[in-house]
Amino acid sequence: MTMVQEIDYGTPARTGRIVRLTIDGRTVEAPEGTSIMRAAMAGGTQIPKLCATDSVAAFGSCRLCLVEIDGRPGTPASCTTPVAEGMAVRTQTERLKTLRRGVMELYISDHPLDCLTCAANGDCELQDMAGAVGLREVRYGYAGENHLGEAKDLSNPYFAYDPAKCIVCSRCVRACEEVQGTFALTIAGRGFESRVSPGMGEAFMDSECVSCGACVQACPTATLIEKSVVEIGQPEHSVVTTCAYCGVGCAYKAEMRGDELVRMVPYKDGKANHGHSCVKGRFAWGYATHRERILKPMIRARITDPWQEVSWETAIAHAAAELRRIQATHGKGAVGGITSSRCTNEETFLVQKLVRAALGNNNVDTCARVCHSPTGYGLKTAFGTSAGTQDFDSVEQADVVIVIGANPTDGHPVFASRLKKRLREGAQLIVIDPRRIDLVRTPHVEAAYHLPLRPGTNVAVLDALAHVVVTEGLVDEAFVRERCDWDDFQEWAAFVAEARNSPEAVERVSGVPADLIRGAARLYATGGNGAIYYGLGVTEHSQGTTTVMAIANLAMATGNLGRPGVGVNPLRGQNNVQGACDMGSFPHELSGYRHVGDDATRSMFESLWGVAIDREPGLRIPNMLDAAVDGTFKGIYIQGEDILQSDPNTHHVAAGLAAMECVVVQDLFLNETASYAHVFLPGSTFLEKDGTFTNAERRIQRVRKVMEPRSGMADWEITVALAEALGFAMPYSHPSEVMDEIARLTPSFAGVSFQRIDALGSIQWPCNEKAPEGTPVMHGAGFVRGRGKFMLTEYVPTDERTGPRFPLLLTTGRILTQYNVGAQTRRTANVAWHEEDVLEIHPHDAEQRGVQDGDWVRLASRTGETCLRARVTDRVAPGVVYTTFHHPTTQANVVTTEYTDWATDCPEYKVTAVQVSPSNGPNEWQRTYDAFAHESRRVVRPAAAE
Amino acid sequence: MSPEKLVHMANQIAAFFAGQHGDAAAATADHLAKFWEPRMRRDILAHEAAGGAGLSAVARDAVRRLHVAAA
Repeated sequence: MTMVQEIDYGTPARTGRIVRLTIDGRTVEAPEGTSIMRAAMAGGTQIPKLCATDSVAAFGSCRLCLVEIDGRPGTPASCTTPVAEGMAVRTQTERLKTLRRGVMELYISDHPLDCLTCAANGDCELQDMAGAVGLREVRYGYAGENHLGEAKDLSNPYFAYDPAKCIVCSRCVRACEEVQGTFALTIAGRGFESRVSPGMGEAFMDSECVSCGACVQACPTATLIEKSVVEIGQPEHSVVTTCAYCGVGCAYKAEMRGDELVRMVPYKDGKANHGHSCVKGRFAWGYATHRERILKPMIRARITDPWQEVSWETAIAHAAAELRRIQATHGKGAVGGITSSRCTNEETFLVQKLVRAALGNNNVDTCARVCHSPTGYGLKTAFGTSAGTQDFDSVEQADVVIVIGANPTDGHPVFASRLKKRLREGAQLIVIDPRRIDLVRTPHVEAAYHLPLRPGTNVAVLDALAHVVVTEGLVDEAFVRERCDWDDFQEWAAFVAEARNSPEAVERVSGVPADLIRGAARLYATGGNGAIYYGLGVTEHSQGTTTVMAIANLAMATGNLGRPGVGVNPLRGQNNVQGACDMGSFPHELSGYRHVGDDATRSMFESLWGVAIDREPGLRIPNMLDAAVDGTFKGIYIQGEDILQSDPNTHHVAAGLAAMECVVVQDLFLNETASYAHVFLPGSTFLEKDGTFTNAERRIQRVRKVMEPRSGMADWEITVALAEALGFAMPYSHPSEVMDEIARLTPSFAGVSFQRIDALGSIQWPCNEKAPEGTPVMHGAGFVRGRGKFMLTEYVPTDERTGPRFPLLLTTGRILTQYNVGAQTRRTANVAWHEEDVLEIHPHDAEQRGVQDGDWVRLASRTGETCLRARVTDRVAPGVVYTTFHHPTTQANVVTTEYTDWATDCPEYKVTAVQVSPSNGPNEWQRTYDAFAHESRRVVRPAAAE
Repeated sequence: MSPEKLVHMANQIAAFFAGQHGDAAAATADHLAKFWEPRMRRDILAHEAAGGAGLSAVARDAVRRLHVAAA
């Protein structure tokens, strides 16, 4: 294997009319606006450079890339000089050679000459350029004034900053601005004193730096360098794979030395991320080798017993025997499974196949149940497809963006950077969120409208936006007449036009001033391409599905569908939420969103699998837990999920799990759910597996193995072994064969194979005869269902109400540095940013309760209570509090209720009536739970062989 | 399963379809048939047969239209 090399063209690509010029006598062609540097590189000539890199705009400071142009005076910088028709460029002349050597002499006279012991040795552009220009001496010597004694900043856990090696090329500063959009870095000082500086001269960790790694990526020297490279050395081979964190689906090069991961470097050809990264994907992979990884299968008779390490054969046989025993005793439907949105499509497909074919029922569900199941139902109803309509590139053509119920800078940071870039270019932003999320006002970005609605009133506000569109004549009637059901539209238009849906009426329930709603609606309807991006703040409500429908209505009414720059875009939480849904993880659907009751669909699967499939829908996760408490559901196989921590009403989840006779957990760590497990099957990280993930834009990308499964079995092999122990053969030799089966059974995947993905880089489904290379933007020629369907979206207040005992509304979410239940990110240095969950509370509410910033508080609801520290902030409105659910010591879901979305049973995490009061620390339940979890993780290892 | 929870869920579904044009009870029954596992449907049927306390008119009508496959 070799390193995957990517060409740095020096400046960004341009599109436009092609011009012809000569470079060193050779004719080259390039789009107008392209730099000479880029045109030369594309033609095979590498002009020396230091301050230029193709992820940021040309800067023209290093003066190393000088060229001569016939008929023009001087030696212009090739990075800032655009090509022109007929131009004749010379890149290598005696004058240029002399100039470049002179520039390099100056650089090197103030640079430590420690190349042999420098961590960037072999990967240093300064070193390369010294060689390229033929530097043989430094006439100035090294004794002059210099920066060699300046102190390193090692505050960031992942990268080091050594100002002694800085050449002040500003690549890091520009990357922070142009790529990431945080503007955390600057060049402090003037002249000789100039140095890269985070914030106002503080350490990186004390600055507003979000540790995305863009600066490290851009740095041409060892000034900003990964600590892992410092510790391990330069990698020697690399493999392109897909990040296993959020639904953006960033492509990375896993750079290796042997089987040790040295660093993850964002891949420029990644269609979702285009070479950018965030703190999680770029740096937070240390959990893969964390000492708490469980690498041996374990079983135990009771959850109060210590774990016993056993062989794979014993563990698999025990799990199968128990599941069969339960079925024999309590019926076929007494067992089920949960697939994982963190696992690959192939692994997910196999788990649902095991449940349907080996266990013989449809009791399979996935964690999308508790996040985006309303998206599937809502968008399928409106458009005919359970997925977002656009690719991420589409945002580059958006003119007005609505972000509702999402916090992209924390949850989907790489997409957020692309969004911010478009906003800096002039697109307008409307934020609909109870909190003042960072996007509302961040450097060089300010939302035109922030609608800080009361939690639970999404539908009312969306209906009010639609009211303005309809009553002010802003409907795109031509689009609606051509593309949508006109009768449905008319009924919907009459409904939203009713006075009770006016902004003035909705102000009373939502708290959003009517003039803001009117202004936002006018902007979205008339501002050009309108795109809506949404997250779990939309779906995790009792009216989650209705909200998705209301979003679809708004997009259809304004004609904002079917072309780049517009659309309805669910931002998926986990890496493979879309894929897990696509793969038939829901209890009522086979892959491709086809109901199990459909005889034709079922017969396809039955023919291939050789078994009968139940035509009745199975239990959803909340139903499984209810049935367990009732005593009719007794066994479960859970792959890669931690429902005890992630699902609502922790006490109820615990009661359900405790009532089961066999809980099989397949995971990396002894997570919270494993405390209630009887069989533990050690899983693999994304670094240890082959397969595919499907991101939020329906993009299927390869996950490529860079190291062997540390437990000895890949996740897909474990499922196959369990199925076979249950008596159902799954004879695959590689995950690619699973994808081949998916393609045979799923029309929207008909053209997908590992070979095809490898050839194209990635594929956005549908991919079939009609779209052999996939479908970046859906519904271009018409909706999948035929005519777009307007649904009537009556606002129904949630039954979770505030009152004297619980006067505040709690809403929950995630933070940039942590991911979901934190099982991965808590086992990395990311805890440096978020070592505990805290409760955000408005200063007014805090003062009323005698709570100060940092105080312990008791957070109580009708469901339960927990204690955590308070953060007093006006990011939340008065009456609203907010927390994250990343830490099991807090267990935020002790507080959340069992109210769910009417259509899909998705929990209403975003609205819980609570009270907050001062506290002295963790409560009795937290202490008891902590002790229980600790006790539950005891492991008895077999005595060493004699 | 808890009749109170099933009643709440059925009423939510019925409330949505009551807001649409067409036969709300039929749409609610269709939803229950497509998304509720048979034991949930059996339990709501049993609750309805026992008086159906708490069920809205549309939900009650929908439940009566359910046909659950034999266990």
